[in-house]
Amino acid sequence: MYRTPEELQQTAHNLFEEYLPKIDALKNKDRIRIPVQEMPSQDPKERVCNLEEVAIGYTEEEARIEAMRCIQCPTQTCVRDCPVHINVPVFIDHVAHGKYQEAANVIKEASLLPAICGRVCPQETQCQKDCSVGKVFKTVDKSVSIGRLERFVADWERNTGVVQLPHVKPDTGKKVAVIGSGPAGLVVAADVRREGHSVTIFEAFHKLGGVMRYGIPEFRLPNNIIDQEIDSLRKMGVEFKTNFVVGRTRKLTDLLEKDGYDAAFVGTGAGLPLFMGIDGENLVGVFSANEYLTRANLMRAFDKKHADTPIYPSKIVAVLGGGNVAMDAARMSLRLGAEKVYVVYRRTQKEMPARKEEVEHAMEEGIEFRFLQNAKRILGDEKGRVRAIECLKYELGEPDQSGRRRPIPIEGSEFTIDVDTVIVAIGNGSNPLISQTTPEIKTNKWGNIIVDENQKTSMDRVYAGGDIVLGAATVILAMGEGRKAAAAINEMLAKDIETGESKKTVDVN
Amino acid sequence: MSKILYKEQLSENVFKMRLEAPLIAEERKAGQFIILQIDEEFGERIPLTIADADKEEGSITIIFQVVGLTTDELSRLNVGDNIPVLVGPLGNPTHIDKYGTVVCVGGGIGVAPLHPIAQAYKNAGNKVIIIIGARNKELIIMEEEMRKIADELIVCTDDGSYGRKALVTEPLKEICERNPKPDRAIAIGPPIMMKFCAETTRPYNVYTEVSLNTIMVDGTGMCGGCRVDVGGQIKFVCVDGPEFDAHKVDFDNMMARLTEFKDIEEEKHQCYLESLAEAKIIENEEGEEE
Ligand SMILES: Cc1cc2nc3c(=O)[nH]c(=O)nc-3n(C[C@H](O)[C@H](O)[C@H](O)COP(=O)(O)OP(=O)(O)OC[C@H]3O[C@@H](n4cnc5c(N)ncnc54)[C@H](O)[C@@H]3O)c2cc1C
Ligand code: FES
Repeated sequence: MYRTPEELQQTAHNLFEEYLPKIDALKNKDRIRIPVQEMPSQDPKERVCNLEEVAIGYTEEEARIEAMRCIQCPTQTCVRDCPVHINVPVFIDHVAHGKYQEAANVIKEASLLPAICGRVCPQETQCQKDCSVGKVFKTVDKSVSIGRLERFVADWERNTGVVQLPHVKPDTGKKVAVIGSGPAGLVVAADVRREGHSVTIFEAFHKLGGVMRYGIPEFRLPNNIIDQEIDSLRKMGVEFKTNFVVGRTRKLTDLLEKDGYDAAFVGTGAGLPLFMGIDGENLVGVFSANEYLTRANLMRAFDKKHADTPIYPSKIVAVLGGGNVAMDAARMSLRLGAEKVYVVYRRTQKEMPARKEEVEHAMEEGIEFRFLQNAKRILGDEKGRVRAIECLKYELGEPDQSGRRRPIPIEGSEFTIDVDTVIVAIGNGSNPLISQTTPEIKTNKWGNIIVDENQKTSMDRVYAGGDIVLGAATVILAMGEGRKAAAAINEMLAKDIETGESKKTVDVN
Repeated sequence: MSKILYKEQLSENVFKMRLEAPLIAEERKAGQFIILQIDEEFGERIPLTIADADKEEGSITIIFQVVGLTTDELSRLNVGDNIPVLVGPLGNPTHIDKYGTVVCVGGGIGVAPLHPIAQAYKNAGNKVIIIIGARNKELIIMEEEMRKIADELIVCTDDGSYGRKALVTEPLKEICERNPKPDRAIAIGPPIMMKFCAETTRPYNVYTEVSLNTIMVDGTGMCGGCRVDVGGQIKFVCVDGPEFDAHKVDFDNMMARLTEFKDIEEEKHQCYLESLAEAKIIENEEGEEE
């Protein structure tokens, strides 16, 4: 049931009064007694009409009470299961004691984008998965809310207005090209720039941030957070070239051979939205989630009054899929004025890959979930516009390779749902532009770039990471790969400098 | 950002512009296109074929017809103005080879993108027959440029106000009936014209290519908005095309998809025109006061 931010804060306040005096004398059994602090959020009835952030973030008292739930156990599965191994117990202890700057410093040793990761990481399958507190209650729902605390700390630091820029070493004269401005690229830029190498980020779009800008909506990740990260990079001296499609505007090999770049990182992300391959998928009113969200987010079609980019005037929408992308598309269509939105997913809620909080938020907002169902074909009217989807019912069989139980269609169970819009959110292939135009880079059969343990590709001096390597993955994994690649690039350039070797460059100007 | 270096009105609704774009001029090949936006914050992205490029000057030429909001706004910009977003060259270049005789068919504004392709066929040693057509004399563009390339040039108009009174498919059919028949055809123009060109050459088994101009958003294969059905498979025009085997394209579906946003687009364009009219009234009123 929805509880207002004020109610939540009142509860936290009472707990805080009770626990603060004995903070250093708390026994594990006391800590475990503290209830999980819910994430305060905008009223569902109001938020479906705006683009403001749904999750509002903890107050100080909520954060400190939640932090007191951590029993500082020796197993530290949270550190182990964090893809970048943030020292979770230490930062949480700082939060409990109100030492937020110290907490921020601990997080930043490992993570460069905490305000973003705190908002979008799937914590329940990472740091919070095997949390000892959750284990006591045998449910991940009772784990310490590490992600919410991470976000609290990052926001606190942002709001103090003194986000410290990382120290940049003196210029080395080396140049690195970063292709793509998603999380992978941004992190590489920061880590490489710190070593004193000059960095240029090339981005195909007119705006920076990759999926964080064009895919994930404002109501989950406000643009000003991305802007601030980019602003920090700019202040560190990173250069940006937007409207620049590497491979088309200029070949990757030209950047290295003619323009004097000593290394390149390819972080071009996923691409090529997948379709189901069913009848009717090309009807008017069928969109990939990427298209739908790009129109609404990047092209600002949400702002119908000002934006030139149109968005389809949907009344009844079916979203096919069960991941974050599906949740975002469904919730965005609601905010764009749809009266009824279905999410059609062929397994059950338990198997959904979306973040738990997003699914809960979507349900609160009135989106109807059709589990164990899947579209069989899309039906059109005489004008070639979507009129309905025909679905099949499913049941779960034996677990497949991914460990999830395989959905099996029930023969003869066809039925139809009347809709005017279908949004397909069943995943992405790989972005083909670099591989199409740079045959030196080897890819696997799905088109993902093949890299070694240091993120190096088959091409000399070229590294890659993020979705273009992993297939559609997560922000934190993209960031983790970026850090690894940056370390390898820095090492290679350090060696170049040591041996005095410099790549022959031809000045094109 | 890209500066407008030159602007010319070719007919009532057709404009030609040269834009500063040194990197695109350097890389572009026949058949490729650019995407532009008139406003970085709220503008929409539209694809336009590159009609020509000048490496020396570092410029590209675009020729466009005013068909909606963005092309209308674009047509009101002048030499010295900047276009904030210009990205390219996108799409795959036309595959040029020596085939023998190639028929190039251009309809309306489609003659512009056809020009560099016809030139490239010519340079590769092909015999090039060019058919250009439009509704009327006013709308025939680039006749002189085409004449320079063509081994044979046929001009036709729907109303007979210039050249032959015929649809482009008529001479195309006659050429297909010649002995020997042409080795290849390419058609660029309105979807309906390309569809009928495909139907015209199909019985003669003349391999025909068309260059598709679908709705696009990113132009890099990310959104799927540009998808078309080619031989029962989904293809993305921006990364798999823009040129496809005409005999395999589902034109009816493509034409339906082009109308996806028609109502909203018209409404937005109408709003824009009204706001222009209003601004004019205010301007006039202010003028009167002085
Ligand atoms: C709707 C949606 C919701 C999501 N929700 C979550 C979530 O809640 N939590 C989570 O962890 N993950 C989520 N993800 C996944 C996550 O966003 C991605 O895994 C992550 O952004 C990948 O980062 P990246 O740096 O590899 O690439 P991207 O973020 O995809 O960035 C790649 C960039 O490269 C640019 N580019 C591509 N080709 C070229 C070229 N040739 N030249 C120049 N630039 C180029 C692209 O325009 C893009 O800006 C979501 C994804 C989507 C689509
Ligand atoms: S325009 Fe988006 S995939 Fe082609």
